Amino acid sequence: MTQHSRDLSRRRLLFGGAAVGAGVLLAGCTSNEEQPTEAQTKAAATGGNAEPGKRVVIGFSAPAADHGWIAAITNNAKAQAAAYSDVEFKAVEAGADAAAQRAALSTLISQKPDVIVLLPHDGKELNAFGLEAMQAGIPVVNLDRAFPDAKAYRLQIKGDNYGMGVAAATYIIAQLKAKNVANPVIGEIAGMDELELTQERSKGFADTLAQAGFKVQNRRAARFTADSGQQEAAQLLQALPKIDALWNHDDDQGIGVQAAIKQANRSEFFMVGGAGSKKAIEDIQADNTVLKATVTYSPSMASSAISLARLIGQGKGMSDLVELQVPKEIILASETITKENASNYLKLGF
Amino acid sequence: MSDVKDTSTAAERGAALPAQSPPVDPAETAAAGEKAAAGGRLSWWHGDAGEGARRNLALIGVLVALIVIGALTRSDLYSNPDWVWDNVLSILKLASVVGVVTVGMTFVIIGGGIDLSVGAIVALAGVWCTTVATQSYGAGGMIFSALTVGLAVGLVNGLLISYGRLVPFIATLAMLVAARGLAAEISDKQTQVSDNNFINGLASNSLLGVPLLVYILAAVVAAGWVLLNRTTFGRRTVAVGGNPEAARLAGINVKRHTLLLYALSGLCCGIAAIMLTAQANSAQAAMANLYELDAIAAAIIGGTLLSGGRGTIIGSLLGVVIFATITNLFAINGLSTEAQNMVKGGIIVAAVLVQQVQFRSLTQFLNRNRLTTT
Repeated sequence: MTQHSRDLSRRRLLFGGAAVGAGVLLAGCTSNEEQPTEAQTKAAATGGNAEPGKRVVIGFSAPAADHGWIAAITNNAKAQAAAYSDVEFKAVEAGADAAAQRAALSTLISQKPDVIVLLPHDGKELNAFGLEAMQAGIPVVNLDRAFPDAKAYRLQIKGDNYGMGVAAATYIIAQLKAKNVANPVIGEIAGMDELELTQERSKGFADTLAQAGFKVQNRRAARFTADSGQQEAAQLLQALPKIDALWNHDDDQGIGVQAAIKQANRSEFFMVGGAGSKKAIEDIQADNTVLKATVTYSPSMASSAISLARLIGQGKGMSDLVELQVPKEIILASETITKENASNYLKLGF
Repeated sequence: MSDVKDTSTAAERGAALPAQSPPVDPAETAAAGEKAAAGGRLSWWHGDAGEGARRNLALIGVLVALIVIGALTRSDLYSNPDWVWDNVLSILKLASVVGVVTVGMTFVIIGGGIDLSVGAIVALAGVWCTTVATQSYGAGGMIFSALTVGLAVGLVNGLLISYGRLVPFIATLAMLVAARGLAAEISDKQTQVSDNNFINGLASNSLLGVPLLVYILAAVVAAGWVLLNRTTFGRRTVAVGGNPEAARLAGINVKRHTLLLYALSGLCCGIAAIMLTAQANSAQAAMANLYELDAIAAAIIGGTLLSGGRGTIIGSLLGVVIFATITNLFAINGLSTEAQNMVKGGIIVAAVLVQQVQFRSLTQFLNRNRLTTT
């Protein structure tokens, strides 16, 4: 019996020791410090609008999504606000859905911000909040996901989803025409299909291809994550034994798409990405993968939104425009990044 | 004292029932061995021992039907034998990650529990093993951290459920939320790219024409099969799931066994995390989205009883492969993901209905015929 219990205690000691050791090792493994986290900000210039003015409290809310683009939105907003000495930045996490964001925003209102910059989970669902805040005299800057009601925002700044599809298709058509490919096989890997933005992107892509007499042969919808991108791409490649061109909506999921292409040993086609991540721009610059271009949907819009929110708060206009106030709507153009201009965009990659 | 009385009657009932009766009561399945002996007058196929094989045959029928539909709708692709072989491998690769998760899930469900946190554990282990710090230790460090994180989270689940007396649904639901949160915290919501050639090579390299991922799946399935069918651990799992009180009275340490089952599920998630990281060349907090539902669905259509006490590893594997084949079928025909999901839902219901109604009444019918003709 004593022998038995001693064995047991020795075993316990061994297991316990191993567990503690593993725990210590693992705890050391959570560091990510080498990853670059520089944000896309505009250095505060001197003179004109950049001169410190009236103090502005900017409330900020964006979904707590675990996606690189949204993370970049929040980081950019924070960094841009820090670049101004006269801006106080109050961020609330918006939780997992529209209801959680509404709750978070009501706590924000009680802190009496001068301007609210808001990336809603869903523009339609948070329209009422926009109206309410505007009626209470707090200007609302809508970031990227539009409110249906024009009275619900003071400024709307967003990317051009339809334009992304147009830009991607335009690049693909030009390349295929240059190579004299008749009846090309074109594949598409979309993002989350239930989102309106995905539908707009696909529509712009299909409309533009149709003008050249081309069409999408096969389309799979992934979920903006690398693993779903890999799975959908692997199946798409299986369905299309020979491809001429492929458009992938999102560079984050593109990591998986490129992995699938590598795993299938395919290289007979070229690929166009979307959004403009740092890794994608680097790959385009290096020119050693099938990724030859990407069309932007840059999270730098968050930095611009903070700058404009500050001007709204101070009652100033944009210095290069004649108008005395900031305009009501700004839609960013979707730009096409290729090997030739990649170096210019590297600083905007996220 | 009344507990003891209850279980003894249940066990008696189980032993006394004729072999062709449907296994409604979990206690009966706990006494499956006795029943097989009692049903000795019928052949193996018609008896209870053949039950799993009959179910699996139905699944193979579904699988063949799916492949035939694929061959008919895309005869141009299926006419090329190289493509067909490639396609089989792509289906198996697609099934590999969920397959490994499902093996662990099958054990948990047979043992009377449920693990909703598997997708989150895969994400946490994947993120943990692809941090800059972990990657600096090379492939060994990455594999070690993925397996250890999976095992540790599984152990926490098991402790909460067995010794903390939490309902498995609640405990693993809480873990689902918490593990995804921790994964998002560690990764700072970024996609972490894996630069390790050995890890990435697991998905791109093949041995004798078969991808390494498929070997890993085969190894895990084989190990799971042996563990469930050829060891006391496996028999105890069935007993604990069938009737925990009877198992306890039979001298099984039910709490420790439950703990081990969740640890096993966590370990499978750790293996799956390495495989998924290899496939996607990266990891992020949102990866392995809803894998818990895929794994549960695969186990269920594979014939695993959700209330525990019954299930086979081969059935679960067939379930996973069927789902992967559906995805593949829709992809090669260029059909939308929405339609695919509707069909998946239909298949889950149909598979369970077919197994319940048709096979039970069919065997009853056959047995009755045998009895009347002789």
